[in-house]
Amino acid sequence: MAIALVLVLVVVGSVLFHAFSPWWWTPIASNWGYIDSTLIITFWITGAVFAAVVLFMAYCVWRFRHKEGNVAHYEPENKRLEWWLTILTGLGVTAMLVPGLFVWNQFITVPADATEVEVIAQQWQWSYRLPGADGKLGTSDSRLINAENPLGINPDDPNGQDDLVVEAADLHLPMDKPVKMLLRSIDVLHDFYVPEFRAKMDMIPGSVTYFWFTPTRTGTFEVLCAELCGTGHGFMRGIVMIDTAEDYATWLGEQSTFAQLSAPEQVGAAEEAVVRP
Amino acid sequence: MVDATHGAVDVIPPAEVPEVELYHPHSWWTKYVFSQDAKVIAIQYSGTAIAIGMVALVLSWLMRLQLGFPGTFDFITPEAYYQFITMHGMIMVIYLLTALFLGGFGNYLIPLMVGARDMAFPYVNMLSYWIYLVAVLVLVASFFAPGGPTGAGWTLYPPQAILGGTPGGQQAGIILMLVSLILFIIGFTMGGLNYVVTVLQGRTRGMTLMRLPLTVWGIFTATVMALLAFPALFVASVMMLFDRVLGTSFFMPALVEMGEQLSYGGGSPILFQHLFWFFGHPEVYIVALPAFGIVSDLISTHARKNIFGYRMMVWAIIIIGALSFIVWAHHMYVSGMHPYFGFFFATTTLIIAVPTAIKVYNWVLTLWRGDIHLTLPMLFALAFIVTFVNGGLTGLFLGNVVVDVPLSDTMFVVAHFHMVMGVAPIMVIFGAIYHWYPKITGRMMNEAMGQFHFWITFVGAYAIFFPMHYVGLVGVPRRYPEIGEPAFITAPVENLNAFISVAALVVGFAQLVFLFNLIWSIWYGREAGGNPWRATTLEWQTSETPPPHGNFGKELPIVYRWAYDYSVPGAKEDFIAQNDPGTGKTATGLA
Amino acid sequence: MSVILVFLLVIAGIAGWWLSHQGLMSKPWLEHGPAAAFPDTDVTGMPTAKVGLGVFLAVVGCLFALFASAYFMRMELSDWQPLPIPPLLWLNTGVLVLSSVALQCAVIAAHRGQIDMVRLGLVTGGLTALAFLAGQLVVWRDLSASGYFLEANPANSFFYMITGMHGLHILGGLVALARTISGAWGRRYQPERLRLSVELCAMYWHFLLFVWFAVFVLLAGWAADFIDICRQLLT
Repeated sequence: MAIALVLVLVVVGSVLFHAFSPWWWTPIASNWGYIDSTLIITFWITGAVFAAVVLFMAYCVWRFRHKEGNVAHYEPENKRLEWWLTILTGLGVTAMLVPGLFVWNQFITVPADATEVEVIAQQWQWSYRLPGADGKLGTSDSRLINAENPLGINPDDPNGQDDLVVEAADLHLPMDKPVKMLLRSIDVLHDFYVPEFRAKMDMIPGSVTYFWFTPTRTGTFEVLCAELCGTGHGFMRGIVMIDTAEDYATWLGEQSTFAQLSAPEQVGAAEEAVVRP
Repeated sequence: MVDATHGAVDVIPPAEVPEVELYHPHSWWTKYVFSQDAKVIAIQYSGTAIAIGMVALVLSWLMRLQLGFPGTFDFITPEAYYQFITMHGMIMVIYLLTALFLGGFGNYLIPLMVGARDMAFPYVNMLSYWIYLVAVLVLVASFFAPGGPTGAGWTLYPPQAILGGTPGGQQAGIILMLVSLILFIIGFTMGGLNYVVTVLQGRTRGMTLMRLPLTVWGIFTATVMALLAFPALFVASVMMLFDRVLGTSFFMPALVEMGEQLSYGGGSPILFQHLFWFFGHPEVYIVALPAFGIVSDLISTHARKNIFGYRMMVWAIIIIGALSFIVWAHHMYVSGMHPYFGFFFATTTLIIAVPTAIKVYNWVLTLWRGDIHLTLPMLFALAFIVTFVNGGLTGLFLGNVVVDVPLSDTMFVVAHFHMVMGVAPIMVIFGAIYHWYPKITGRMMNEAMGQFHFWITFVGAYAIFFPMHYVGLVGVPRRYPEIGEPAFITAPVENLNAFISVAALVVGFAQLVFLFNLIWSIWYGREAGGNPWRATTLEWQTSETPPPHGNFGKELPIVYRWAYDYSVPGAKEDFIAQNDPGTGKTATGLA
Repeated sequence: MSVILVFLLVIAGIAGWWLSHQGLMSKPWLEHGPAAAFPDTDVTGMPTAKVGLGVFLAVVGCLFALFASAYFMRMELSDWQPLPIPPLLWLNTGVLVLSSVALQCAVIAAHRGQIDMVRLGLVTGGLTALAFLAGQLVVWRDLSASGYFLEANPANSFFYMITGMHGLHILGGLVALARTISGAWGRRYQPERLRLSVELCAMYWHFLLFVWFAVFVLLAGWAADFIDICRQLLT
């Protein structure tokens, strides 16, 4: 008997927790409100099914519990009932799948005007590369990585010379401009994850993955690694700041290009020459 | 329609007793240790699985202590934490659940339920257990190896699994893990051959496939799947072992570790993920299908009603088994594989929800107008339905490719798979142990301790894993020893985590009561008799309890009916055993 | 993963064909009595050991299909450099064919009750299989002597790994064959038992020969060529 009551309490408790607990997703800061909508549809459908099944079960347990002299009904199957349930389930599943696939199609179709930003992950920090004045990122190869060229940018590629390198620092992005995040790792699997953006994707050494989004509000957002990458995984955090156009332009002006960074010897030598009497 | 009782009995061949096939024990050693009796092997498998499962339980306490009270326990470093989660996951999925359902329940129940004297190849069956034991010992050895066990996560994704940034990656940990897996697969294949061939060849006369109890259907289908899926893990493990020990580059791309160029080059980490999940997804159903089967029999027996829609249940098991081989990449939506795969795998994944839902409906409809005895097995079966429905429904979030994007790799995933393939199957395991214990030992398990165990376990497990979904929804990634207080968290998750941890400790300790009950009842339990639940299936109709070597006295039973003749109108009792020739009742009257 | 999916499709086909003969559409609650089980839906007439070996071979086939899948997926990456097929492999293939033929002769002789021929066939089969393994070791030695080391290129790694795995399966078969040979001599000789074990050995040998052909075709690159041709035909 207690079990019937507990089953009801499980449903009521779950619904109340869902409705009133303070633990809910963080306010969105990107264009992926569609993802939230599909999630909500799924919550409604699955929630209704969960409540219906468990409450029905609770009713059965209470109504048909063993009493002296009870005899169970004999019914091996009921084709019509089973077909109806199958069709209903099929409809419910379709109602979740179809919007999901539409949104997925959007998710993987990058708009033509998206600017490219490269994220480079390594144990356990984030670096970034933005295309310079030419709007193109130069090629890269992890075989080229060394202390002077930590991101492995190809020095022979003219497109790469003006690339802006943001090593182990914060990334800034302009608001309301679609960005295609090109994801690259130089050691193990990582995953660029900002909860407010909703989007995420693994980064695989040896290949470049991507996702795209449009930031919709300014602010400071925390980057987390969402694919186990070794002991420091839990501490692999970074910052993305979404700026207004002006702030972004200011920040952009402060960054150094690959060419500037890869010629530190000359710069250093020149400074020394000045200091030396 | 078909009443074949009349006149047919004459053509049945005499009950042969293939004594030569059985190797009867001649000494204490061959009776209790190197036994070829499937029932003894079943108990050995179960005992070993439960023992190593206790290790995994303790590991879960340790990781919950860290998550609930970060910073309080100095000895739980991030390295240790990753070692705990890795070993906990691997042990629970492979060495406990797979071994217990197939090696334990499979060995005990298949021969008895199909009416066979033993497994088809008892010697190979015995070897299977001993190789499993060696695999477990190798696994345990990794705890004592320099550097400790691997901390690569149970998915063992390369490149990190074999690199220095991961505990055990450049030490013995990962090697022992892979060797142990390879041994497990070899051992399992030996056992699995037995389970399959015994169902194919060992069925007694009259036991058609459609008369098999769903328990056998579940274990049989799961074993077929396991035989075809485990080779993928075998291949992945061998290839990773080559990468780690011999320096090949199957999975290893050119990479720079801590500023140093490694000699690897050109390999594909995604290739490993495909192989791993080609095993890993069927594995979920390898654990779930036996649970589906067993719970069907528990509900039917304790509700005194035939399982509703038996044929649908059988078809659903077969369809789920087949479909589960073409959904593997739903674990890889955000892995960076080709995005178009998302459409295909989301569709197949959501299709598989339909036969699964049918099974749930049929369990619940079996309760409808039943005569429900709220015994311990029944209570656990009900708990299974609740947790399985909950976990199955959250699977619809994660299977639907775009909904998975924000949720993947968060605590939502952890909550989902614990609910659906952790808590739910374990509820069935408990129910099954309470159900078959009287057959194995001849005594009932203590009811009061059982009730205590049930309530704590059911309510506690739900309290652990239901709120955990919301920790993930907030955005907390999985495999973080501590999250701190990042700005995206809408409400501090510390309290919730602390609550979950306390619940986990309480549930964990309740299992000690269960273990005590398990041992105590061997001597002090109430005498059970041969068929305490008044069940129809053959294992309850043996001449002796516990059944002797050879299972059924001199003659094998002849099967006259399906496994679910409960509360048949016009019958004297509310059950008719499968080997009951029955008279006075014609099938025509029931159509 | 296409190779393994095709392989599983074949398995599913066999399973489906078998299931279709098991009366899955019947309504078991309406059928009473044991006779419903006879004659065609009862257990097969095949010896249990043969069914067991059949299931085991399906698992072995699955294993090699997965290796082939991994091979094709890894092959598409840029650093793949196919290695030349040593001519000795042709000789080894011939030896393995001979081994299978010898065991087939043993099977025929066992059916005719010619125990001497059985012994001859078994021993020839065993020796030729050993010769095959020795030949494979020579191939390995030659390859590494000419600089095709295991870790130098994934094509090499696959070559050593897959041939090694095949060799291990032959080695396992030799253990079973040794038991069969010992059963063909002396006090343990029982014609019925021997015939079954000879048949089982031959079945395993033929299967491994088939696997070897597939492995050869794969490693020689013909499988990839064949797939390319198919692709071109399709487009």
